[in-house]
Formats: sequence, structure tokens, C-alpha cells
Amino acid sequence: MSDLLLLALGASLVNNFVLTNFLGLCPFVGVSRRFEAAAGMALATLFVLTLASGLSFAAWHWLLEPLGLGYLRTLVFIMLIAGVVQGTELVVRATSPLLHELLGVFLPLITTNCAVLGVALLNLDRQHGLLESLVFGAAAAAGFGLALLLFAALRERIDSGDVPAAFEGTPIALVTAGLMALAFMGFSGLGGS
Amino acid sequence: MSNRPALPAGLRLDARKTASLQCPLRTAPAPRIAVLAIDQGSGEAAEPIVTVGTRVGIGTPIARAASNAATDLHSPIAGVVVEIATRSTVAGVGRCILIENDATDARDPALAPVDWRALDGVTLLDCLRKAGIAGLGGAAFPAAGKLALARANAVAHLVLNGAECEPWICCDDALMRERAADVVLGGQVMLAASGATRCTIAIEDDKPEAIAAITAAIAAEQDDRVELVELPALYPLGAERQLIEAITGREVPHDALPPTIGVVCQNVGTAAAVARFVGTGEPLVSRIVTVTGSGVACPGNLEVRIGTPIADLVAACGGYQGDPARLIVGGAMTGRSLTSDLVPTTKGVNCIFAATLADLAVRDPEMPCIRCGDCATACPARLLPQQLHRAALADDRDALARLGLADCIECGCCDYVCPSQIPLTARFHAARLRMQLHDAERRRATEARERFERHERRLAEQAAAERLAFEDARRRARGAGPP
Amino acid sequence: MSVTTLLPAVGLAAGLAATIGAALGWAASRLRPDAGSLVEQIDALLPQTQCGQCRYPGCRPYAEAIASGTADIDRCPPGGEATVRSLAALLGRAPIPVDPQFGPTKPRQVAVIDEERCIGCALCLPACPVDAIVGAPRFMHTVIEAQCTGCELCLPPCPVDCIELRLTADLPG
Repeated sequence: MSDLLLLALGASLVNNFVLTNFLGLCPFVGVSRRFEAAAGMALATLFVLTLASGLSFAAWHWLLEPLGLGYLRTLVFIMLIAGVVQGTELVVRATSPLLHELLGVFLPLITTNCAVLGVALLNLDRQHGLLESLVFGAAAAAGFGLALLLFAALRERIDSGDVPAAFEGTPIALVTAGLMALAFMGFSGLGGS
Repeated sequence: MSNRPALPAGLRLDARKTASLQCPLRTAPAPRIAVLAIDQGSGEAAEPIVTVGTRVGIGTPIARAASNAATDLHSPIAGVVVEIATRSTVAGVGRCILIENDATDARDPALAPVDWRALDGVTLLDCLRKAGIAGLGGAAFPAAGKLALARANAVAHLVLNGAECEPWICCDDALMRERAADVVLGGQVMLAASGATRCTIAIEDDKPEAIAAITAAIAAEQDDRVELVELPALYPLGAERQLIEAITGREVPHDALPPTIGVVCQNVGTAAAVARFVGTGEPLVSRIVTVTGSGVACPGNLEVRIGTPIADLVAACGGYQGDPARLIVGGAMTGRSLTSDLVPTTKGVNCIFAATLADLAVRDPEMPCIRCGDCATACPARLLPQQLHRAALADDRDALARLGLADCIECGCCDYVCPSQIPLTARFHAARLRMQLHDAERRRATEARERFERHERRLAEQAAAERLAFEDARRRARGAGPP
Repeated sequence: MSVTTLLPAVGLAAGLAATIGAALGWAASRLRPDAGSLVEQIDALLPQTQCGQCRYPGCRPYAEAIASGTADIDRCPPGGEATVRSLAALLGRAPIPVDPQFGPTKPRQVAVIDEERCIGCALCLPACPVDAIVGAPRFMHTVIEAQCTGCELCLPPCPVDCIELRLTADLPG
């Protein structure tokens, strides 16, 4: 149990996928202008990452490895991720067309989010079991969501403030992200990982 | 009284009232021409019931209230109505009745004392309504209307507001010192009218003479329903909602009125006016006004007939002296500047403040917000002015509503403490107006859409009926008979 | 690489693709997109003048066009800059100026019928989308000021040009 907790802590805070490993930066900067959109994206990514972790684990252990087709893992994982993302998009479009409108093209772009594929491949590398894969995926998504929500809240406040013209928009956002990354360095060494 | 602080925040301000209280209450001379404003502000008006040439005495009714938020008007002088015309008033430009004084000072013979103890509550309320008594604390809302709402809500607790927390204003202090018995009698009449069972007179502890006078008056009446409560001298403890919270410990919800939590609040001046009415039959035609500031030679408190030009009041106090920079109606925190001293007083004018630059805290140019948070510490309504300011600048209506802009009482505490000299109160007032405009636009648009949808339905039904009639006619023409 | 090693790989990939595709197709048929609520939210921000300046027959069709992505948010002159900003805030886009080809943005105005010139022909009555004109054939017509949205649809049908638009600030009362 404490191993799973350490695993979760590591994936969400100590080795935060956005602010420590610098993966998944496209939705991080692209969707964080409005808090509602960021919250929607965080939930969608949580769903996709957890499901993708589980499915990719199943695919590896029950399809690819027994058949000796390990070299197909990238292709197969991407297909699974794309399928899950498309399914998520259908659900979002049916339940909240406003959120669908707000997320726009970034929803299908979760497919290309390197954090999602990264988690799937890391699960293999570290030889996680099914439960560990799921926990790792969910915790990684939780950390991604946390960084995204904090960043969106900061950006909303900055946008209504008095920013020098040369910094308006992306420049000040990147400066802020850098400062957040510095702050998250404070977690390094936590849990001894 | 519990040990918790009377106000969650607020400021201790320099009262600046001693100069005006040195002399006892004086009576200002009656005006040569009294100008009574029919438009009473916020779109509320009365309808004149006199015409040019009508002879009136003191207390003769001259206008009837046209809505529940307006009061009846009565003549403050004896004379002849000379004009009903548009004039500048304290509230802006509006229709006024002008009466010329015939120097007889004759009372209307129909005025008679009211035996209020013999009347039931509802009849008493009707009498008070006809007496044109408005809240003299500044808002000038009809007192009878407020007490009727209290009766409808079975309110048990009447609070008489003698706090007078704003600097420079001391008309209520002067009233309580010299006419404490009227205040207590007025409280008793209001208890009968509203059906309340308990009356609390609230006074701030920097008014020891007033406290002594009221205590003596209560003791003389030997009415144990009336009590005195002393409050710390904090601004804005005299604001209605803050006062109610300090006395009862309960907050008035932001979208409701005090009677919904069992309290009704009236100014002590209103109570004294009620007492005068039941004692002599005289409706509200005069009130006490403080004339103060370093720009006036002899500041003091005057008994003033409604409709007297402000210039007459200043003259009665020795005229201007020095170099007054502003002529303000109201106090230093919430007062408004006037552009002319020829405007007449209304029921809501409680103070004329001829301010020199030394009297006012002159503001430096505005600087950016440094996020110090002093404004939140000072806000008596527990709001976050720093966040409200950010939302007001970004015109973020959702954030303004969420942060409670509707609860801002525009007291000016945040302005006072801001080290960057940001005019916060003015910004919030403007934001509030913008939100009201936007809400009105949205309501109009929704109504227009509903009318359009009804229009479309009507057309569709007409078309369907026409089609049916055509089909019928065609069938008959072919000789086939009805289906 | 021989066919025997390629076959399972290709077979797996193809089989997975087919399965996922079939599952998604089935899901798409069961999960219909809910366009209604977005259209409602957009329509609630439009000024409801029903004037047609956006080239759509009313405010709701325009809202539907915005929701489906057919039209941009800059086509409403009566709504003006305020409406564009509200729409931009709702949809998470950047605000753009109102396109002048759809008409100039005017301040709030109402139609007023000149009673001297009105001949009582009743041609303007059906033109009003919110039924704000009262009257009958050969009776005086008048516009109910509080209900007029300033859409200008009553001006073309009038044969004697007796209707004019006035800014609401100019009207008495």
C-alpha cells in the first residue's frame, strides 16, 4: 500500500509530468486561458490517461508479448489512445457542447500528448503490474491536472492585470510556467525517489 | 452585549463635531420663497394637488405620493403657490412647487394633535403616511412604509439609529441633547404603529451628553420596552445593516430587508418628527441640519424649513469664511459636491459642509495596486475590495457578482486606507451602474424574444387555420361534403 | 522478414483498428451531440431584435449558425461590441470588431410613427417581429415604445414613409 502511495506521490508531484519532465506542454499552454476549459481538459486527460494505462498494460501482457510482437507497441498504444480520446470527445460533445466548443481542437490533440504515450511506455520500462499501471496513470494525470488548474487560475488573473505590451499573452505565460517549475522543484527528494 | 467587536472592520475617524456643537440648536429664518422638490430622487415622484395661486398655511398638503417609495409633501411656510416649474435640486433637476412667504407664519387650521394611544396600529400607520414623514437619516424612504413592512413581517425589535458615525455631521447629536423626550415618545408611537415590542436606541460612546439626555428621558417615561445601547465610535457603525448586526448579532441577507430578520431601523430624527406630529398635528415640514466646515464662520445646527435654499442656511451661520473649496451635502465620507448653493434643502439633507482643502483629505494621483490588503481589513461588509477592483477594471460581471458587489454600502473605508490612492468607491459605484444597465438590457432582450416567439406561434396558428379553411372550401366546391 | 512473422503483426494491427473503429462507430450512433444547450446559451446573449442584419432570419438561426461553426461572432450590429465580447467570453475566443458589411452599429433607437402622415393602411403591423405596433385598418397606428427593439423592419412596408427612428434619449419622458 505504501509503495502505491509513493508511486502516486512521485508521479503527481515529485516528477510532475508538466513541470518537472516538461511533457504535455501543448495543452498546458493552449487550454489554460480560461479556468473552465482547463478544468474540462484536466478531467478529460485524467479519464484518458487512466484508461490508456490500463488498456496498454492489457494489450502488452495479453496480446503483444505472448505473440512476440513487442516491436509493435508504439503503434498499438497510439491506436488505443486515439480510440479512447475519440470516445471521450463523443461523450463531451453529447453532454456539454459548450465545453466541446471551449476545448476545440485540443480535445483530439490529447492523442498526441506525449505525457499519455509516455506513461504507457514508462509502465513497461518499470515493469509495473496492472494496479500499479493504473495508479501511475491516474496520479500522472492528477499532477498534470493540478499544474494545469494552477496555471489557468494564474493566467486569468494576469490577463486582467497590467502586463507590458511586449509580454502580453504567451511570453508572460511561459515566464509564469518557468516560475511554477522552479516552485515544484521543492518537491524533489520527497519520498526518497 | 457580547465581547465580540461591534464591527468586523471599520475605521476610527476624527469626528470634527465639536465646533458645530458649541452653540445650542438655533432656528433658521423661514425662506422668502420655499422650493419643494416633487421629484424625490430615484424616479420617485409625487403629484401636486395645488395650483398656482392656491393659498397655503404651514402643514397644508401640496402633493400626494405617486408610489410607495415617495412621500406626501406639505407646505413649510404660509403663503401663495407662485410657480410649479423645473428647478435644480440636490438630487438633480426636477419639477418643484414654489411658494412665496406672506410673513404671517400661519398654521393650517386643519392641523390637530393625534390621540395615538386610542388608535389601532393600521390607522396610526395611515396617519403617519399622510404626515409625509420620511427617514431623516439620509435615504428619505417613507417611514410609514417601512413600519408597515415591519407590521407585515411581525417584527418585534425596533432600533432607533442615533449612532451618527460620519465625521462632521452632528444633527442627531444636537437633537438628542435638546429633545430627548421627543425621541423617546416617537419610539413609543412607532412601537404602536409597527407592532414591535422592544425599542433599542443606539448611540455611539463619543456622545456622552446625548447618552445622558436619552437615559433621563427613558427613565422619565418609565417604559421598560425602551432601552439605550452604547456602541463604540466606529465608522460606519451607523449604516443600517452594520448597526443591526452590531446590536442583534445577526446579518441582514444581502438580497433582503431588515424586517425579514425581525428588525426595523429608523433614525432618531424620524422618531422626533413622529412625536411632533402626534403632539401638534404638524406634518414633516422642518428638520435639523448641521451647517459646518472651516468654510463657514459660525458652524452649528439649525432647525430648517424644508425647501430653504442652502445659501440662506450658510448666511444664518455667519456666511462663508476663508476659501471653501467644496460645498458638500452630506458628510466627509459619503457626501456629494454641489455646484450651486441656491438649491433648496429636501427631507434627506442632513448636513451642509463648506469644506476648505484643509478639511478634506486631498487625494494624490492614483497609483497601481500593491496588493497590500489594507482595504479588505477595513471593509465593514467583509468584502474583498482588491478583488472587486480587479474585476471592475476587467468588467468581469460574473466575478463582480460572485465577490458580492451588491453588498457594498459605498462607505468609503477602502478609499480612506488605500496607500495607492485608488478611487475604489467611485469604481464600484460605476461598476454597479454598468451591471444594472446590463441586467436591464438582458431583461428587455428576454421579453423581446418571448414576444417574438408568441408572434411566430400566432402566425403559425393563423396559417394552419387558413389551410384548414381552404381545404374545407375545396372539398365543398368539389361537392364531396365534409370529411 | 518473412510473411509468417509479418502476418500476425499486420493481423493484430488491422484487427485492433477494426475493433476500435467499430466500437467508436457504435458509440457515435448512441451519443448524439447535444447542440441545443449551446444554441440556448448563445441565443441568450443576442439582443433579440430579430432584424435579420446578420443575414439569418432571426436571432435563433444566427445562434445555431454560431454553434455549428458556420458563422462567426461578428455579424450582429444591434448587439455591437458588447455582444461580441460576451460571445467571445462564452466561447473562449478572442473578441473581434463587428464586421461593417452587416451594417453600422447604432445606439438604442425606437420607431416613432408620425400621426399626421399615417394613412392607416396597416401594412406595418405584420412586419413587426415583436408585435409592438398597435392599430387596425383605417385606425391610427402607434408604436409601443417600451416594446420596440429598433429593428427597422417596419420602415420598408410603409407607403408614405411616416415612420422614423429616434434615439431613445431624444424622446420625452
